[in-house]
Amino acid sequence: MLKQEDRIFKNLYNDLGSSLNDSFKRDDWSNTKELISKGKEWIINEVKLSELRGRGGAGFPTGVKWSFAPKKVGSRPHYLIINADESEPGTCKDRDIMRFEPQKLIEGCLITAYAVNAHKCYIYIRGEYTKEGEYLQKAIDEAYEKNLIGKNACNSGWDFDIYIHYGAGAYICGEETALLESLEGNKGQPRLKPPFPALVGLYGCPTIVNNVETIAVVPTILRRGAKWFASLGRPKNTGTKIFCISGNVNKPCNVEEEMGISLKDLIEKHAGGVIGGWENLQAVIPGGSSMPLIPKASCDTLKMDFDSLVAEKSGLGTAGVIVINKDQDILKCMARIARFYKHESCGQCTPCREGSGWMWRILERAAKGEATHKDIDLLSDVTKQIEGHTICAFGEGSAWPVQGLLRHFRKEIDKRCYSEPIIKKRKNIPYLVDQHLLEK
Amino acid sequence: MSVKKVYDKQPDTFEFTKENLVLAENILNKYPKERKKSAVMPLLYLAQNQNDNWIPLAALKYIGKFLSMPYINVYEIATFYSMYNLSPVGKYFVQVCTTTPCLLRGANEIVKACQKKISKNENTISENGMCSWTEVECLGACVNAPMMQVNRDYYEDLSKNNIEKILDSFMQDDPIKPGSFRNRKSSAPENNKINGNGINNA
Repeated sequence: MLKQEDRIFKNLYNDLGSSLNDSFKRDDWSNTKELISKGKEWIINEVKLSELRGRGGAGFPTGVKWSFAPKKVGSRPHYLIINADESEPGTCKDRDIMRFEPQKLIEGCLITAYAVNAHKCYIYIRGEYTKEGEYLQKAIDEAYEKNLIGKNACNSGWDFDIYIHYGAGAYICGEETALLESLEGNKGQPRLKPPFPALVGLYGCPTIVNNVETIAVVPTILRRGAKWFASLGRPKNTGTKIFCISGNVNKPCNVEEEMGISLKDLIEKHAGGVIGGWENLQAVIPGGSSMPLIPKASCDTLKMDFDSLVAEKSGLGTAGVIVINKDQDILKCMARIARFYKHESCGQCTPCREGSGWMWRILERAAKGEATHKDIDLLSDVTKQIEGHTICAFGEGSAWPVQGLLRHFRKEIDKRCYSEPIIKKRKNIPYLVDQHLLEK
Repeated sequence: MSVKKVYDKQPDTFEFTKENLVLAENILNKYPKERKKSAVMPLLYLAQNQNDNWIPLAALKYIGKFLSMPYINVYEIATFYSMYNLSPVGKYFVQVCTTTPCLLRGANEIVKACQKKISKNENTISENGMCSWTEVECLGACVNAPMMQVNRDYYEDLSKNNIEKILDSFMQDDPIKPGSFRNRKSSAPENNKINGNGINNA
């Protein structure tokens, strides 16, 4: 269990108040000027030493990402973008940071912007979070009033402005290059990488894109030292993380915990246990809907950090833990996730645009028990056609959950999908007709 | 990609009100001068708020001229993003999240209640003109599932016992207070003990 004093987000549930004055009591902004005066090199190095990995899903080392930004500003200005387009099903951590710990985020923005030579920061908030955007705007206004940001922010000599930009309900805009496209006033369709945003990003300028949680922990890391942060968790998987536990648990909640906490502790100690008891657990999706599910057998000893979950052929992702118990039909749950991806595909790459629809239709049929035994092999084939053949990681994100389902629940699926293809029974049907369109 | 219907009875003209013109100028100031196009999304919101929560085609043309960008680009954006309504919605626009985390906790019951109380089909305005509803993808309040968004507010921790009462309040134009309907504090675990220092330690 994480000790109380090691908690970074002490106001995660808004017990202590979220105004600027309340934040001062939690040490926010206490020595920002001093931290900045230690220099860009020191800040980036300290974040590297802390082994902080991005909290937005991919888990890329944050300090390394920052060091990709050009050291000197050339003809083009640098930008800092905060990705608050939190749309991954099962994830709702950034929402609480923006509502209840906005000053941590704003202070983190200033320090990061200084480290990567940016004077302007855009916070891209998903459109549905209008209320959260208003809270954050209020916090930004408070910070401007006290000259914590703005011209000569915190007397550090650095000019810094923050603007909020709202998305409009597109999941794909959480992908960093799609986010940049959206911010430029285009459809949110991802760009090819390279060039990476650190060199060619917003308006063609060097841009660092980071998740809300990543940036919000930076001031505390610098204040308490990289060693302290690295002492939590285990090597390469350090620090604390906000876990969102949803689904079939008795007390769904957000909770900040040490990396590498066991899944069983997380569910039983924090979320009040699985509905119907631990034995009633069917599977867990450990990191938001894009990550493959993990069946109960592996859940007993599972540790929640990046590398342990990769070893289980899944991933920590955004740490949105979705618990599914045995009262649920796993096929229906996964068919709904496939529908989500079908709805949210941006339509740029054919394998993803068409394949996500294929996966959804086959899974819907399978959930109704109407699929044939050949359909399941077809489904497996479709997932492989998508994976690795798209511009962005959305292709993997949509294919992996289905692959996970097939890997762990193949027997159950086969039991339900045994019928012969209809085409074999009625020989006068034209060859190219899609099975599910035929009358039975 | 979602299928969007453009309303067949379109007004001929659209212009920002004086107040909104001031707001529009403020929005433009957020972005570099030569990058006016970035303001298209906030301006579409502005138009939507001014026009009873939906955007007529005339507004797309107006915004195109306002930002000196082609009409088709504005149209492209208005159809790509799901939050721009291109046909009228009810005064209370109910969006029910039905993605897996909500589904696991009974989002189907919420949808059934909407069908019963508001209208049989989604995106259809109720007979008294007050409400319309639609299914949406994850709204990012998964630990408070099942939930729905009505206009700008989140209604969380719903259940089949209270949903009909909540929907009635919109149908009668007397909206109930948003938030958790199990008296929960934000996303904290329920009935948790409070430590000596006043911090909820889950």
